[in-house]
Amino acid sequence: MINSRFFNRSELIGFLSLLLLLAVILPFFLDTFRLNLVAKYLTYAFVALGLVMCWGYGGILSLGQGVFFGLGGYCMAMFLKLEASSVANTKIQSTPGIPDFMDWNQITALPMFWKPFHSLPLTIIAILLVPTLLAFIIGAAMFKRRVGGVYFAIITQAIAAIATILIIGQQGYTGGINGMTDLRTLNGWDIRTDHAKVILYFFEVFVLFACIITAQFIRLTKLGRILVAMREQEDRVRFSGYSVANFKIFAFCAAAMFASIGGAMFTLQIGFMSPSFVGIVPSIEMVIYTAVGGRMSIFGAVYGTLLVNYAKTMLSESFPELWLFGLGGLFIAVVLFFPSGLSGIWRDHVARHIDRLIAMRSEKSKRAWAIKSAADGAPAE
Amino acid sequence: MLVGHQPKEFLLAVEGLTVSFDGFKAVNDLSFYVEENEIRVIIGPNGAGKTTVLDLICGKTKATSGSVQFRGKELTKLKENQIVQAGVGRKFQTPSVYDDLTVFENLEISYPRGRSVFGSLMFKRDAAVRERVEEVAEMIFLKDRLNMYADVLSHGQKQWLEIGMLLIQDPDLLMLDEPVAGMSVSERGKTAELLNTIIKNRSVLVIEHDMKFVEDIAHKVTVLHQGQILSEGTMEKVQNDPKVIEVYLGH
Repeated sequence: MINSRFFNRSELIGFLSLLLLLAVILPFFLDTFRLNLVAKYLTYAFVALGLVMCWGYGGILSLGQGVFFGLGGYCMAMFLKLEASSVANTKIQSTPGIPDFMDWNQITALPMFWKPFHSLPLTIIAILLVPTLLAFIIGAAMFKRRVGGVYFAIITQAIAAIATILIIGQQGYTGGINGMTDLRTLNGWDIRTDHAKVILYFFEVFVLFACIITAQFIRLTKLGRILVAMREQEDRVRFSGYSVANFKIFAFCAAAMFASIGGAMFTLQIGFMSPSFVGIVPSIEMVIYTAVGGRMSIFGAVYGTLLVNYAKTMLSESFPELWLFGLGGLFIAVVLFFPSGLSGIWRDHVARHIDRLIAMRSEKSKRAWAIKSAADGAPAE
Repeated sequence: MLVGHQPKEFLLAVEGLTVSFDGFKAVNDLSFYVEENEIRVIIGPNGAGKTTVLDLICGKTKATSGSVQFRGKELTKLKENQIVQAGVGRKFQTPSVYDDLTVFENLEISYPRGRSVFGSLMFKRDAAVRERVEEVAEMIFLKDRLNMYADVLSHGQKQWLEIGMLLIQDPDLLMLDEPVAGMSVSERGKTAELLNTIIKNRSVLVIEHDMKFVEDIAHKVTVLHQGQILSEGTMEKVQNDPKVIEVYLGH
């Protein structure tokens, strides 16, 4: 029976090879600088994973995942910033003990909504819940009114634009265009050292695999199949007794939560957060990572993110002005020629040969067994 | 025409149902009643409002005025999924199956359990589900195709699959929109046979153009014309009604 195992064979190959690559090969061969780059790429893999759930399976294209990525990142950054803004560190300010950018903007007391971020547990809860709640509100407002498809994509894009404008405009509360910089320690542990970066890398890989397993779990439940069904025949699902809006809200919220975790990881790895990771352009880039990896493939999303980001680093180091054209071209090429992305290429050109190889080998061993048992005088199977 | 209404006795009571699209009344002050275990066929020329009537009953289209009572529940106030849960199943005109899922999974989704978000996360494919899916798959001639993806099925098989999906829902009122359209002769025969087995213990509302097929299954026929009832009664009565011959059967 299909779906009786958690991973089928090709998924198991995908899972193990990704684990090998991320947990063994890359840390072994790359220096800390390059490993930190990979860590940065991987933070987007969380977003791509969410997009696989929401866009690939559920058919809900969101062009505003940067908002959730940013929210998670900002929640983390607020905690780190408060820790870095101890009275001792900020005694030269006119109001010591508040973040430097607040002081520059003539704010004299910590705003109410900043207060919970003194606590790490509350921060973690905020990272998980704030973006999910926002996604819930957006989702409920849109999906209950049957807004979907292109219209939904445009609205999410508008929300991404609004979020950027809001963050930049509220400089005193958010750090404005510069974002939150000069983040130093996490509960007293310096996150800027090479050693800390390596540990954070492994922590991130661990969390990523936890998310991959969660996504795979959801995919294998009936809910996962309903998402696919909904993408193809929304009315049929509705007239089979399901509230389609609720399932869409769930997929959108799950994607938001994954994106937010990625954002929090980003802040930890890179040591700052700014509105340039929130707006329309990064949000669309995140969709491209997913499309390149294959929007139906959980592992493809991770590979796609790594590959596009690697290309981005390489190309933008040598031809900075060409990169955006390259990215646009890549997206068009994927949509036109490889609609299932890398995972589709893998499935059609590599996995098929592996399957044949395995089939041939088991055939051979069967034949060998038959010859052997015939020689033993036992009846061949 | 029925005079005076006794809603308790009917499974479905449609009264004064009207829907207007920008002033055009696709269904105009329509009233009819379906009894328990009755097979009612709706016929009529193109544009008569047949599909719209089904849309109104299942909640796909909101009525402008009028009421649809199903077992004493007012359906016009319910959401689509609540109407399904009340016991009304609907098959669409074009086969609506999930191409990227297997036949088994297609049927399983219609199994009436775990329909909330949380319920579907916790849904277990237990022996009861498996048995029911296999039982229905046998009825719809797809037992040996359970693990195939639905997109490789033929048109007729997809129609059967969708009928099977409704069967698993086990509705008290089954609404079928042209179940044999686009089928080959042999598929039609099999479908008639299939419908005759599944209509036991439930009421069925069918839209169909194939008069031979209608004759085979209908208890009562309602002829719609321009959103209103032109004639209603047994097949024989309807066939001999001069108004019906003029607008529909005469063609």
